[in-house]
Amino acid sequence: MGKSFPPLFPPQASTVAVEVDSLYALLVAITAFFTILVVGVYIYLGFKYARKSEAERPIQVHPPAWLEIAWSVVPLLICVVLFVWGVTLYFKIYTPPKDAITIHVVGKRWMWKIQHMSGAREINELHVPLGVPVRLLITSEDVIHAFSVPAFRIKRDAIPGTMTTTWFNATKTGEFHLFCAEYCGTNHSGMIGKVVVMEKDAYQRWLSGPNAGQPPAVEGARLFEELNCVSCHRNGPTQRGPALGGLYGKTVELKGGGTAVADDSYIRESIVNPTAKIVNGFEPLMPVYLGQLSEEQVNALLAYVRDTLGKEAASKTVAPPATVTDAPGSSTQGTVAKSDSASKGR
Amino acid sequence: MSTPHHDASHHEEEENYLTHETTIQSWLLTKDHKRIALLYLLSITVFFTIGGFFASLIRIELLTPAGDFLTSELYNQAFTSHGVMMIFFFLIPAVPAVLGNFVLPLMVGAKDLAFPRINLASWYIFMAGASCAVLAVLSGGLDTGWTMYPPYSSTYSQSRVTLAVLGVFIAGFASILTGVNFIATVHRMRAPGLTWFRLPLFVWANYATSLVMVLGTPVIAITMVLLGLEHVFGFGFFDPAKGGDPVLFQHLFWFYSHPAVYIMILPAMGVISEIISTFSRQKLFGYSFVAMSSLAIAILGFLVWGHHMFTTSQSPYTGILFSALTFLVAIPSAIKAFNWTATLYKGSVVWETPMLFAFGFMGLFLIGGLTGLFLATMGMDIHLQDTYFVVAHFHYVMVGGGVMGYMGGIHFWWPKITGKMYSQFWSKLSALFIFAGFNFTFFPQFILGYMGMPRRYHSYPDEWQVLNVMSTMGASILAIGYILPGIYLAHSIFFGKKAPRNPWGATGLEWQTSSPPPPHNFHETPIVTTEAYDYQSLPLSETPEKEGGHV
Repeated sequence: MGKSFPPLFPPQASTVAVEVDSLYALLVAITAFFTILVVGVYIYLGFKYARKSEAERPIQVHPPAWLEIAWSVVPLLICVVLFVWGVTLYFKIYTPPKDAITIHVVGKRWMWKIQHMSGAREINELHVPLGVPVRLLITSEDVIHAFSVPAFRIKRDAIPGTMTTTWFNATKTGEFHLFCAEYCGTNHSGMIGKVVVMEKDAYQRWLSGPNAGQPPAVEGARLFEELNCVSCHRNGPTQRGPALGGLYGKTVELKGGGTAVADDSYIRESIVNPTAKIVNGFEPLMPVYLGQLSEEQVNALLAYVRDTLGKEAASKTVAPPATVTDAPGSSTQGTVAKSDSASKGR
Repeated sequence: MSTPHHDASHHEEEENYLTHETTIQSWLLTKDHKRIALLYLLSITVFFTIGGFFASLIRIELLTPAGDFLTSELYNQAFTSHGVMMIFFFLIPAVPAVLGNFVLPLMVGAKDLAFPRINLASWYIFMAGASCAVLAVLSGGLDTGWTMYPPYSSTYSQSRVTLAVLGVFIAGFASILTGVNFIATVHRMRAPGLTWFRLPLFVWANYATSLVMVLGTPVIAITMVLLGLEHVFGFGFFDPAKGGDPVLFQHLFWFYSHPAVYIMILPAMGVISEIISTFSRQKLFGYSFVAMSSLAIAILGFLVWGHHMFTTSQSPYTGILFSALTFLVAIPSAIKAFNWTATLYKGSVVWETPMLFAFGFMGLFLIGGLTGLFLATMGMDIHLQDTYFVVAHFHYVMVGGGVMGYMGGIHFWWPKITGKMYSQFWSKLSALFIFAGFNFTFFPQFILGYMGMPRRYHSYPDEWQVLNVMSTMGASILAIGYILPGIYLAHSIFFGKKAPRNPWGATGLEWQTSSPPPPHNFHETPIVTTEAYDYQSLPLSETPEKEGGHV
């Protein structure tokens, strides 16, 4: 530091960084224009009409209506442009592409715990491949944190009890700052780390290096048996809950009307607080796992439901098991039961 | 405006509100709005000093990248105490409870506010709340940030959350009482002939502010009660482990705390309207647009709170609505800025000290308001949220706008309040120091924020030191700018030249009575026959004395 005047922009290391900086440049230009305009006119008028005599009683000026309208409408039009661009960019930054790889992030005072789906784990460092969209599923074990990588222009709150999502596609190899941006107590400014962007093959080597471990989906499968999730979520005589094969990403009908997309937040919520959204045709029988499982265990179950079960029976639609079982939920006569026999394997 | 004029020399011998009673009891039990304003002035000056002390601790710590001056615990307490003191106990009461209290009844030609006892009660309630907060700071500190987000504040913080929450809860009632008092006064106590659209814009601004205080403050009170219950008894409103929702707190908190920004800035805008009109001898350009824009800001201010939560789990579709409504607030703000500037057109402008503060307000508030557009733009906010950009933005609005307006108002009405003129030289120097020091302090923080420096950081990466050193240097200049008025204003009380009734040649009714005013403001109820800012009918004798008050 100190060699030259500090830079005005952080490194542009993601696909959205250039667009965010362009929008920023526009906003800076608008700010500079109006500040200089108003302050300039103010100074000009202030000296042009400087009081020459204490007896001056200037004639009152009555503003023309067109002027008031003009300087209301022009800012409004500028705001419309900013609003539309801002909304578009927001959805771009927060909507991961379908082919993104998933990484789980758990904030905890005062560290970031990262888990890759291959099983590699790390703390306060995030290794990612260059040029591959990476989706982060973020939550917190204790207080609210925020996962912030300025070089990627992304930030997302890590909220206990909730799962949030963001994504990026890194465009530069190297190391970049990782911060906790939401105040989280004593060592908030120590909850920092780095994002390491690597070439794809280097990333693959890193995944199988010293940080490697058991993939969360495998751990999830074990928990699925151990917690006996399997007994109710399997088609057959003991089924009391929806079959989970091919569930991920599908739209499910909810009891009492409405639908929900079975995305990561939905599955997470259905594990920790299953009564929040009941699938049509089932009863709220599942025990609440809120506080019973660590965030890592929930993430492992989520990875199993998403990555293993989701792929195994990807062609099946989720429907109320109207004709299948003697489970209490089966009293509802469903109409979409054709696929049930095919999903018996679950 | 016209009113029976009394011979100035006749007034000089008279008792005024400061001299007619002098016992301590006569101050502590006073029902005179002018004395209560002074009680508020003294108290908030103390709280501003405490808040400023913590600000200086923050800036000293940030001189170096390592956290080496304070421990993390102390640093977190320092920025929390700075925020709590400045926001709840200085900025929110500053313009309404001091300047509004003093000037508003005079401006509407009334003897006092509608409920003088309630006015006194509001000060005692305010002091009770402030005492709790100060005690919290002294007895172990508060480390939650002024925003007090759970579950950190409710479950994890070991600091004095209960006491601080109680302080904010109690102080809120003072705010509500002041608001009710102003609303009743403006509705019921206007002088004969003083119709709504003849009211000075300062009255409009305080009226709009009062609506926000009365409608918004109960929500923060409820929120503080919920937080207190959760902290003390472990209720689970905001605790996900008990099925609560931490984001719910943010909704409730910002439902008040965003409008609270308008409690700070709207009355300051009212001050600016008075100053610019007076020192350019022009009726305020677009009077009714400026008056209505105050109401528009007050109403829209209640509908934008979700823009603080674009990076939380708040629905993105909800976010779109909040973004759109936030942009709409820019329009009435722009209308004000353009009309203030246009007021100088074909006017008769003098750059007295209050006018310098008004000019400072214009420059800083413009930057503060325009950088608000960055944060309203959803895709931009993701990168800027919780960084120094936000810190810089709200200091430009609340200090650049709010405090500049307050300083302008203090310098504008000081001759009326004390009956003395202050030094023109030193006050202009102070305005210059504050303007320069402020920009030097906070402009680098915009850049730091865009670089990604998170707020509330005790230590930071080395590459950001240059900008932080600039910021701390600026803060030193700013501190001098704030200390100077303490000296020359105090000096003026004892040694200042006697102020005439109307030193600036202003038109408001407050300038038609003596300086300082008599205990009941007017000897005869003024009768208003013209619109506000009618400089045409200002008598030629109503001219400032050129050498006014140079000591």
